[in-house]
Amino acid sequence: MPRALKVFGWFAAALVTCAVLLLVAFLVLRGGRALSPELIFGDTPWLDAVSGQKPVFDGLWPAIVGTLALVGLSAVIALPLGILSGVWLSEFGRGRVGRLVSTSVDLLAGIPSIVMGLFGFGLILALRRSFAPDANTGLILSAGCIALLVLPYLIRTTEVSLEGLPETLRLLGPSLGMSSWKSTWHILLPAASRGILSGAILAVGRAAEDTAVILLTGAVASGGIPRHLTDHFEALPYKIYYLSANHRNASELDLAFGAALMLLCLTGSLFLLAAWLQRSLEKRWAAER
Amino acid sequence: MDRGIKIVTGAATAVSALAVLAILVFLAVSALPLFESGQFGSTLAGGWQPTGDLPRFGIGPMIAGSITLSLSALLLSFPLSLGICSFIMGGAPRPLRTFVSALVHFMTGIPTVVYGFLSVLLLVPLIRSATGGNGLSLLAACLTLTLLILPTITLMLLARLGRFDNALKLSCTALGMDEAQTQLKVLFPLAKKGMLAAAVLGFCRALGDTMIALMVSGNSPRWPDGILEPMRALTAHIGMGLATDTHSPEYRSIGAAGLVLFVLTGVLSLVIRSLGQENGEERRVA
Repeated sequence: MPRALKVFGWFAAALVTCAVLLLVAFLVLRGGRALSPELIFGDTPWLDAVSGQKPVFDGLWPAIVGTLALVGLSAVIALPLGILSGVWLSEFGRGRVGRLVSTSVDLLAGIPSIVMGLFGFGLILALRRSFAPDANTGLILSAGCIALLVLPYLIRTTEVSLEGLPETLRLLGPSLGMSSWKSTWHILLPAASRGILSGAILAVGRAAEDTAVILLTGAVASGGIPRHLTDHFEALPYKIYYLSANHRNASELDLAFGAALMLLCLTGSLFLLAAWLQRSLEKRWAAER
Repeated sequence: MDRGIKIVTGAATAVSALAVLAILVFLAVSALPLFESGQFGSTLAGGWQPTGDLPRFGIGPMIAGSITLSLSALLLSFPLSLGICSFIMGGAPRPLRTFVSALVHFMTGIPTVVYGFLSVLLLVPLIRSATGGNGLSLLAACLTLTLLILPTITLMLLARLGRFDNALKLSCTALGMDEAQTQLKVLFPLAKKGMLAAAVLGFCRALGDTMIALMVSGNSPRWPDGILEPMRALTAHIGMGLATDTHSPEYRSIGAAGLVLFVLTGVLSLVIRSLGQENGEERRVA
């Protein structure tokens, strides 16, 4: 039996490694061939496109801008909420209320992203029927729903990073006569900052890759660069989804490959960075235990 | 000042916690007409036949489809994850272990839409040419989902097994056991709860995934009846149906699908919670 386990371990590792390497190699080779300035900017000169003077019609530029805007906006909403909630849970979340909050964070983490999108869509419907008849799906709605989606990651990593700090550090502030606010702000949060940063990076990665939420809350296949918070927008993951089913010719498929490669590079590097930060943090405090 | 931090962080926490409640209330309200008209049972268990003399808008096939798809992906993914864990925790040369471990971490970062996209281009044509049919099937979705949930399960298993590993390794080595024996006879039996939690987490992740089901399962709204046949998952049903009129029975079936998903994943989250206090590693990959 132990021998069988060993053999199976090798088999599983080899199988999964091969499958993933095959997929990634295919994407990198095929997408790398497609990737070019024209793929991103179309026929528009890149300087005009980046400065926003001329629109890009057949390139990925609007989708890139859309994804960046979406990620930035949702981070602005989710980061303060998530970090503050994490601080509360680790500092005051001991009693019954704390357990209740902790449970609801777990529930929030388990909600599928499509349900979050459905929630956003329903919110707009409700607004239309009540006091805002012209409410429509758009960038800010998507950002809000995505913020809800990544909130639990932020809360948990903040909480865990704070709780992972050694007891000596926790006692340092009070022993110097600092208020708990000062102790948290000047000692605990800076010491836990790497862990919190890894949570934030992870949240950004999740926000960039999610497709199901924006599918229901305002992403469109071609809409140019969003000018207002309520505009519809393009996004890389939506572009991939749309083109994979609706490409009419080889150059549109190239667009999808380019978008997929860019998205993979973006999220892959973010997730690896977060994992590395987490590891270095564990090493740092392990010595103090 | 101390009151200040309590109030500010408490307010943020209240917003986060109330979001869950708001979503639940919203889903319940949008599925309310079904309760009132007494169609709840037939919507949940009934079939989907939107045309004809007696149109039916049941999401039974989608519930069955979601569960079949997630269970079959879990059935493939869990043993593989366990194998990879045993590989990473010992038995293999260190450089290989580091490489596979980094690969698993990298896999958590592959977007589901990229999996779906590659599957449409590589796996679906393969299945099509091997079996006839159009290739969009339970099998294609299941194989793709297997890869998607593998890092989730593996990382949680590693975290849970690792809790025992450090403390016990020395004793087991002293008893003359090799790594595979230690895992099989000591670690795995000890970490039963952790293994169950990892399996439930993987199932939950598969259940909640939209893009793979939407892109490669074929989306045909019938009871799942074969591994090579197309099927439709609950998530995909929500994803494809929003173009419809919002007062129609189709739209109400979408509300019901959302409610079913919320309740299912909610119950499973509570199960995972009760199977041991989570730490950052586990939640991070959820």
